[in-house]
Amino acid sequence: MADMRTPLNKVRGLGSARGGTEHFWRQRLTAVSNIPLIIFFIGFVAAYSGSSYEEIRAALAQPVSALLMGLAFVSVLYHMRLGMQVIIEDYVHGEGWKIALILLNTFFPVIVGAIALYSLLRIAFGG
Amino acid sequence: MSKSTTQARPLSPHLQIYRFTPTMAMSIAHRITGTALYFGILLFALWLLAAASSREQFDFVNGLFGSIIGRIVIFGYSWVLIHHMLGGIRHLIWDTIHGLEKETSRRLAIANLIGSILVTLIIWGGAWAIRGGL
Repeated sequence: MADMRTPLNKVRGLGSARGGTEHFWRQRLTAVSNIPLIIFFIGFVAAYSGSSYEEIRAALAQPVSALLMGLAFVSVLYHMRLGMQVIIEDYVHGEGWKIALILLNTFFPVIVGAIALYSLLRIAFGG
Repeated sequence: MSKSTTQARPLSPHLQIYRFTPTMAMSIAHRITGTALYFGILLFALWLLAAASSREQFDFVNGLFGSIIGRIVIFGYSWVLIHHMLGGIRHLIWDTIHGLEKETSRRLAIANLIGSILVTLIIWGGAWAIRGGL
């Protein structure tokens, strides 16, 4: 039976991949936000490599460092989840494996993010 | 009729038939570096957790990162991160429909590799010069 839907109707909203261009857009959005945050992150790690427990805790407790470090983790974790999803979709063809890995691809960044944000908050609030 | 189905049919060309080019190398490098960064970030989250937990745990984790192998991992991670970031900037340039010409994209691919090595060496050289050691 002929498909009566117009091409515009097919791509409007979710499209054939059930995702539209939202994935592409968010990949670019987080790529841009990653740039300044990663420059901060690399600078922080390079500056404080080899520092003592007190020095690093004091540096991470600074409001600007704590906020930038937290934002860096959120932006990077979101970005890497999008990237890994594409890799899974490209190379994993078994439907079961694909769904399992897509699930893990959400759990992993959320767990890493929870660890990082909990730690940053605890240091910032002097726990 | 039967001849056409039993005869070995030509396969569509795959990767091995193409001459390997810098743009191809940097394309797959972008995925490999992205995957390495994906798992490597867990190390930094655990480092933060150790800093948030106790001095003993921090000293243990920081000791691992401060070992020779730890330093190689961190140096390598920073290189991979910078390589992926410069590769990402290359993609953002392409998104504006610039730099897609054959020669320009080839130069961008080579610049990506050389740039990532130079920036990594400058950062750690700078940190070493300021702190007097890594």
